[in-house]
Amino acid sequence: MIEQLITEGLAIGACYGLFGVAVAIIYKTSDVVNFGQGEMGMISTFVAYHILTQYGLPFWLAFALTLVFAVLLGMFIEFFFLRPAKDPTVLGLLIITLGAEMLLMGLASWKWGAEQKDFTFPLSVQKLHEPIPGLVLNEWSIGVFVLTALIMVLLFLFFRYSNLGIAMRATQQNQNAAKIMGIKVERVFSFTWGLSSLIGAVAAMFFAARSVLDPNFMMEPFMRAFAAAVLGGLTSIPGVVVGGLMLGLIENFFGYVWPVWKPIVAFVVIIIILTIRPSGLFARHYVKKV
Amino acid sequence: MDMKRDYYEDIEVFSSGTVLFWSIALFAFLFTLPLYLPTYNIYLFNIILVHVILAVGLNILVGYTGQISLGHAGFFAIGAYGTALLMTYLGVPFLVAIIAAGLIAAFFGFIIGLPALRLEGPYLAIATLGFGLTIMHIIGRWDIFGGRMGIQAPPLDIGIPQWGLSVLLDSDVKMYYLILVIAIIMVIGARNMMKTRTGRAFVAIRDDDIAAEVMGVNLLAFKTLSFAVSAFYAGVAGGLFGFVLGFFDPFTFNLILSIIFLVMVVVGGLGSVLGAVMGATLITYLQYDLLKNVDEIPFLGEALVWISRKFFTVIGLENFNSIMLGLIMLGIVIFEPLGMFGIWIRIKKYWKTWPF
Repeated sequence: MIEQLITEGLAIGACYGLFGVAVAIIYKTSDVVNFGQGEMGMISTFVAYHILTQYGLPFWLAFALTLVFAVLLGMFIEFFFLRPAKDPTVLGLLIITLGAEMLLMGLASWKWGAEQKDFTFPLSVQKLHEPIPGLVLNEWSIGVFVLTALIMVLLFLFFRYSNLGIAMRATQQNQNAAKIMGIKVERVFSFTWGLSSLIGAVAAMFFAARSVLDPNFMMEPFMRAFAAAVLGGLTSIPGVVVGGLMLGLIENFFGYVWPVWKPIVAFVVIIIILTIRPSGLFARHYVKKV
Repeated sequence: MDMKRDYYEDIEVFSSGTVLFWSIALFAFLFTLPLYLPTYNIYLFNIILVHVILAVGLNILVGYTGQISLGHAGFFAIGAYGTALLMTYLGVPFLVAIIAAGLIAAFFGFIIGLPALRLEGPYLAIATLGFGLTIMHIIGRWDIFGGRMGIQAPPLDIGIPQWGLSVLLDSDVKMYYLILVIAIIMVIGARNMMKTRTGRAFVAIRDDDIAAEVMGVNLLAFKTLSFAVSAFYAGVAGGLFGFVLGFFDPFTFNLILSIIFLVMVVVGGLGSVLGAVMGATLITYLQYDLLKNVDEIPFLGEALVWISRKFFTVIGLENFNSIMLGLIMLGIVIFEPLGMFGIWIRIKKYWKTWPF
């Protein structure tokens, strides 16, 4: 029973972590907390659903097309909504991303209606495997673990060795200096949003496979992923994944002991962490100086 | 623009005779409003006035103190449930109940204000958002709050029924006068507060909290006070809102409502009581009246139904108000960051020096 709780918690936690990474990448590069991230993932999942049901394409092709759509969506939002704003305040940025969220949610409900749909996903939660004797995992969890590990390794290599990754880190540290060094900061932002939207779409499809598909389905996972990101520290990408795993475990154990209050664990964790250690467990704390 | 010659002129609630005249004219118009309007619109006006109270309170926090709250639906819910439960179970008179509910909300505001001392920007938004959702879930799980089924507001009696002084407000029009009086008191109260030491301390914190602290503004006291005052306004507004709706459940007070509240303040104009009033009126009208029945608007409605049939689904057209709200939010930050109040200032400036 305990192993079951742990593996299940780690699997859902890895999914939170993956989605949290999508939030963290944008925050790290441009200091924008993207409240529309959940809805960006939601609409990408709906596009996958639409391709699967309307055109009957095989899943891998629908998956690939959705990822292309997700990248374009992220770039679109950055280009048309964030770039035109002149020196927006923190509140202004918040309103922009929330506005994008409302817009996407309205569009999705207009197009696909509010009723719940089943998202056919090749990795099912029911099918169990036993890769190592004594360790029972379902297909979905294996998929999440493999994918999260893969994306983390790719991100690590990308940020460490590729020119674009280094440009992103430079932009994060000092935008003006990066500009002087010849980095096209706008292009970096555009790329960041595309990358983040892609990772978010992958995670959202995994969430949709577990629950149902409706225009609100990403709201709760987004909050959890955000809690995970805050727990680990929004500026540290490995921290976010570790935070996600921790949150998954906390939530699963709490839900086992006290099932009624399971939905609010994440919010309580957010408030406690922000009160005690606002920068998260694994990020360095910067103090504002005059 | 307006030259201030001495301190007393600066702290006047009505900055000139013209403003006083037009304010009184507006009050007179509002008090005679039920004579010109059919009953349904009075219901809409009740909601608008409730939202005006809330927006003015939220503006104290967001516009004047520079903090962010995405959890005001939580305070709103505390006010609504607090008032209704105090009246139903304890038989407390209305005026005591609504003030008590406001104070309970203010207490929660104070609690949320404590982490706000260390948090800023997006982190604060997340913390308050978590608070709002937690309140919604707690109310939804506890039987005393009616659970997911919601509760019925008691009859609105502003007298003290136990002593035989029963003044029952049983129609929308009677309720309108009650809400109008409370709204006017609270709006003038907010405007007055901004002219005092407290209000100036809030503005100092918004402009630069470190500089404010150096100049002797107690951040702990004033940030938590700002949250508490704002939550008090939200609590009172929530108490009235419960009676306007008559019946409410926890999902009335969801995240979208918090977002709508924030949009009211931003669209109206940050840091201006008049702006908050205008923003609340406009957004409430759009959300609760115009866009609710979008397919009945001439021409545009037909065009939208045609588009829905062609590309979308007709049943989903009711979500058009969400799309419009999103577009308003994006548009206001990109094109008019000062909000409606900024437009008003520009018009005023233009006419002041008109021929030139």
